Amino acid sequence: MAPKSCALCQNSKAILRRPKTGQHICKHCFFTVFETEVHNTIIQAHLFKPGDRVAIGASGGKDSTVLAYVMKTLNDRYQYGLNLFLLSVDEGITGYRDDSLETVKRNQEQYDMPLKIVSYEELYGWTMDRVVSAIGKKNNCTFCGVFRRQALDRGASGLGVDQIVTGHNADDIAETVLMNIMRGDIGRLGRCTAICTQGEDMIRRSKPFKYAYEKEIVMYAYFKKLDYFSTECIYSPDAYRGHARAFLKDLEAARPSAIIDIIHSGEAFELKEEVRATQKSQQTCKRCGYMSSNDLCKACSLLESLERGMSTAITDKGRRKLEAQGLTPDNMRTIPYFHPSSSVDAEAES
Amino acid sequence: MAHLKLKIEFGGGLELLFSNQRTHFVAIPSTVPQGDNKGQPADINFLTHWLRDNLLKERPELFIDTGTVRPGILVLVNDTDWELEGEGEYKLREDDEIVFISTLHGG
Ligand SMILES: [Zn+2]
Ligand SMILES: [Zn+2]
Repeated sequence: MAPKSCALCQNSKAILRRPKTGQHICKHCFFTVFETEVHNTIIQAHLFKPGDRVAIGASGGKDSTVLAYVMKTLNDRYQYGLNLFLLSVDEGITGYRDDSLETVKRNQEQYDMPLKIVSYEELYGWTMDRVVSAIGKKNNCTFCGVFRRQALDRGASGLGVDQIVTGHNADDIAETVLMNIMRGDIGRLGRCTAICTQGEDMIRRSKPFKYAYEKEIVMYAYFKKLDYFSTECIYSPDAYRGHARAFLKDLEAARPSAIIDIIHSGEAFELKEEVRATQKSQQTCKRCGYMSSNDLCKACSLLESLERGMSTAITDKGRRKLEAQGLTPDNMRTIPYFHPSSSVDAEAES
Repeated sequence: MAHLKLKIEFGGGLELLFSNQRTHFVAIPSTVPQGDNKGQPADINFLTHWLRDNLLKERPELFIDTGTVRPGILVLVNDTDWELEGEGEYKLREDDEIVFISTLHGG
């Protein structure tokens, strides 16, 4: 086949077929359109204002590595005036997270951004290795998810940032829409396509890659020769998500616009007032000061169940059982109290 | 039998299925030796089966699905998206560089 020339500049050799548009484009035009579309997403959603302190949730994987690179590029090019930080969570998983954190540490130097690492061990007194040895591999993702969310908020608060940006891409969001439909989780379905979430976490989260296809993110990393880490978490048999992902990839192979179409479908669901009203109102955890819809936040409940040698507190029933057991032992490990206001004194590791 | 020398690269976690080695130099038959396409020039479809049978060490279902590269794996031919090169029907040439990158691993 004769080399095709770029549909945009009509000049250079095309190297990529864009999944979004089907256009054949050259490397230079690909970089330009990819970066410009992310910039447009940021501007249209008013994600930032000058002087904002923004933490990039960095795992060392492809999405967050490309996000860190693109955020730095756009901040310089368009003078957003942002102070950028890398924020990582160390779950304490030997052979997985220690390797990916090495990647983040290299990113810190390559992109010249301060890095803060929040570890489960430091915050909760438990590594995921220890959690798994105590409770097995069945529910460990629930523990990890609850712990990660609070660890990110606390890390961001320590950096004094206004928001956290994450590398969630269009494929991830479409996959979450599918999973919420399959589970009948209408509450989450109404929220999962939002580019910005506020209220669910203490610190606002946003997704500048909401409309970026995974294929283009991986191609971008490949052509820019970005340094990222790609190994599956050794404890994550999230089979359900795996099936949703494989199904989505099959749909995309048949029709590339499937991903954006599913996101648009998700956006079209609007929560009625009565559904919203049944969502619990937020208060403050009596033990650790983190936001919570019960007296104890999820992390405190889970930590208590670990400390007491029970692994059932992930359900409401389990939590009531825990409360029914009466007073918490004095010597039990608890999460340090959260003081959102005293945030700026903690400095990023350099 | 005539052979084609190729450089193969795996990325995005796919290397884990191939002895955890990213770069491989291989020589494959220049025509399909058996089966329905016997005698046809070697293309990427033939290459992927050849890699599965000769180089892959574990979990073949993560590499090949219903006769072709599993959806979610990106393929580049000499640094060009294989979707511009005829995908599986691209006819291989001496010294081609073929890259397979999984997009299925966590971000
Ligand atoms: Zn061009
Ligand atoms: Zn708490």
